[in-house]
Amino acid sequence: MTTTASTGVTTAARTTATAIKIPLWVRIAKITCLVIGAFGFLFPFYYMLVASFQTTKDATLGGLIPWPSNLSFANYDAINGAINLGRSLINSAIFTGGVLVCTMLFGVIAGYALATLRYRGRGTLFALMLLVQTVPFQLLMVPLYVMTVRNFGLSDSYLGMILPFAINSTAVLIFRAYFLQVPKDLFNAARIDGAGEFRVLWSVALPLVRPALLTATLLTFIGPWNEFLWPFLVTKQQTMQPLAVSLANYTDNAAAAQDNPFGVALAGAVVLALPAVVLFVFFQRHFTSTDLGSGVKG
Amino acid sequence: MLLSAPYALFLVAVFVYPLGLGAWIAFHKYSFAAPNAQVDRPFVGFDNFARVLQDPDVIASFKHVGIFLVINVPLTIALALLLATALNSAIKGVTFFRVAYYVPYVTASVATVTVWLFMFSENGVVNSLLGDLAPDPSWLTNSTWAMPMIALYVTWKQLGFFILLYLAALQNVSKELYEAAKTDGANWWQSFRAVTWPGVLPATSLVAMLAIITGANLFTEPYLLTNGGGPNGASTTPVLLIYQQAIQQNHPDRASAIGIFLVIGVLLLAWISRRMTEED
Repeated sequence: MTTTASTGVTTAARTTATAIKIPLWVRIAKITCLVIGAFGFLFPFYYMLVASFQTTKDATLGGLIPWPSNLSFANYDAINGAINLGRSLINSAIFTGGVLVCTMLFGVIAGYALATLRYRGRGTLFALMLLVQTVPFQLLMVPLYVMTVRNFGLSDSYLGMILPFAINSTAVLIFRAYFLQVPKDLFNAARIDGAGEFRVLWSVALPLVRPALLTATLLTFIGPWNEFLWPFLVTKQQTMQPLAVSLANYTDNAAAAQDNPFGVALAGAVVLALPAVVLFVFFQRHFTSTDLGSGVKG
Repeated sequence: MLLSAPYALFLVAVFVYPLGLGAWIAFHKYSFAAPNAQVDRPFVGFDNFARVLQDPDVIASFKHVGIFLVINVPLTIALALLLATALNSAIKGVTFFRVAYYVPYVTASVATVTVWLFMFSENGVVNSLLGDLAPDPSWLTNSTWAMPMIALYVTWKQLGFFILLYLAALQNVSKELYEAAKTDGANWWQSFRAVTWPGVLPATSLVAMLAIITGANLFTEPYLLTNGGGPNGASTTPVLLIYQQAIQQNHPDRASAIGIFLVIGVLLLAWISRRMTEED
């Protein structure tokens, strides 16, 4: 709790606590709520982990406790044999990486232009960007499928997966908000010294908004990494499917062929969940409610 | 101008153009064909819309979204506000709880759905806890329970995000108002009713709106949790039908019409929920 993002939470909370005397029973009730809540949120993850190591399925209450005699990496071997984990992970990484690179690239320059430059069409672009936030994916699903898969022939390709996610108006909004906070004089000074706009952006603006880069990366990462519907529509060949898609197909079709189908599927689920959870736990203080509030479609 | 050109071009290519194409498809007889084949795609007016409206499956799918919202929205508001209020007081371990509540939100649905399938299956841990009280057939294959289970799953998955929204809103509620309420002799519950609830109303409105959008977008959960909208179509959703009609049955025109109805429905509900929270 050392950064500005999270200290906001605690200091405000402390002021509330000193302002009004909270009765003891309320405090106990609050902590009870929090603990029950945390249990509800974390239990499925605990169970996911335990069951993914169980050699034979144990769905009884005793199965909640990991017995050493019933634990092994067999399920991980089995899921690797069934869907080729390495290949799926590489596909997920390329899909996510592609989306991230495009989002950052287009997001930073568009956010910079919208925040600091005046030009014809700026207002229109900003209005369009806000409108996009309200257009739901269901309406775009069929036409995007028609375009990428039928017209451009991009099925089973990384480009087809990445294309609809290449721009992210949320990221543009975040960058715009950060660039607006930077004093204009800094940019003007660089311009007077003869720097072009790209030079100003790269050498002056970008280093100043490094926290925004991290926030936007984290926010963007969970999107494509967890995305199911779109890559599911675009990929038919197993060798091209991201892990979320191949795992879902496995759970749906092939699971019955295994001795411990749930254990195998859960092993895959652990592999899929781990990168996002680890990233989030490490960088959790950069997930602030204000960034998320602006980061919501709708 | 030049700097925002790539973004603007993408915006047109991935949003504006498909939006127009979607509307165009909905008003024409449209089916997929081999890349270079010439296909006749005549204008058919509102035929696709009329056809979709007569389809009992489509009507049922909208009812399912209704069930989803009736369970999901009040539950989300109540639980998120409760946990955010609890989290808002100075206690040790705020970070731990924040992380704990947030983990489902950052995890892929595909991963967490698997553990729900495991827990709520016929001889899963939930049923072995409940014993004879367990429903038969089990939760996810029971036509009464399938849709509520999806609503519960989504509530659980999204709650962390809404807790954070409420936490931000709670911190903006004026401290003076609490002081005033205390001076007037209000107890904890009264000050919650008079100060906290009106203070977080904008957040509540946002939560309701986002829940409506989530409900309209339901696909992954019924596809995986109830095996494609089962049992016997008891948990099909409009997006699931769009997928089936467009991609599996080669009727992108009807699918687009469903999409347009869905968007109209979302806008209508969003408008109603906004009116309700503003007049309060």
